[in-house]
Amino acid sequence: MHLIFFIVFAGLCLAGAVNLLLQSHPIASALSLIVVMVSLAVLYLLLGAEFLAAAQVIVYAGAIMVLFTFVVMLLNAGREERTRGSHVARLVGFPSVAVILGIIATVILKAQGLGSAGLAGLSGEKGHTNIEELSTVLFTKLLLPFEVTSVLILIAILGAVALARHGDGEGMHGK
Amino acid sequence: MNPTYAHMLQQEVPLSWYLLLSAVLFCLGVLGFLIKRNLITVFMSIELMLNGVNLSFVTFAHQWHAVKGQIFVFFVMVVAAAEAAVGLAIIIAIFRARATLAVDRIDLMKL
Repeated sequence: MHLIFFIVFAGLCLAGAVNLLLQSHPIASALSLIVVMVSLAVLYLLLGAEFLAAAQVIVYAGAIMVLFTFVVMLLNAGREERTRGSHVARLVGFPSVAVILGIIATVILKAQGLGSAGLAGLSGEKGHTNIEELSTVLFTKLLLPFEVTSVLILIAILGAVALARHGDGEGMHGK
Repeated sequence: MNPTYAHMLQQEVPLSWYLLLSAVLFCLGVLGFLIKRNLITVFMSIELMLNGVNLSFVTFAHQWHAVKGQIFVFFVMVVAAAEAAVGLAIIIAIFRARATLAVDRIDLMKL
């Protein structure tokens, strides 16, 4: 069962990622990115991370991708024009991507002692759920980083409002 | 039930497959960053890279039964949300100044 779920959703994930690269219209790319994120949420669920699966759907596939589609529609982004790209990208970028992928793949395939994931790991041991453990660590040991992230979000919101506000101070003379 | 089919239902997935998937997702994100010519899709490629890295964090958290990896993914999601908000605001500001989203025409800071 685990294998079937993995193959289906890993395939969906890869198809969505490749489709993101192939589509020339930004809205099609955004929709295929949503497919990638939702299938990643299912993979998180298979790995026993229920909280992250929910957060992935709500935060990524929900909030962030709504922001993306909103901006695509707001700016009326049309079809992208394919150009040849920069020389640096062709001469350095693509070979180094291939090299990085090759190195990572050989390291992973040669690694010893990597386990496997089955449905048995999904049910949780001794009635102790993953969310309980996660929240205990998050709200005791890592309370300060957690609070700092809230400040980060606040700063990001203020920065986004300041950046996107029309006029940016120059057109405010009338007020 | 067919015995091979029943065997397939119980089959476990090696964690290296998850790690390979995450590496491939990351590299597809880098490729998208290099070949896409639209500012918004370049930004989406960055999100794809972040997702690939998150998958490997969750995989290692499963491998060592440690919850710290999942908490790290949580923090990455928070940073990604902040980054998306600020980045899209910058894109809106650039569009207002240049009236284009093509990265070839936004090359003022390029060497």
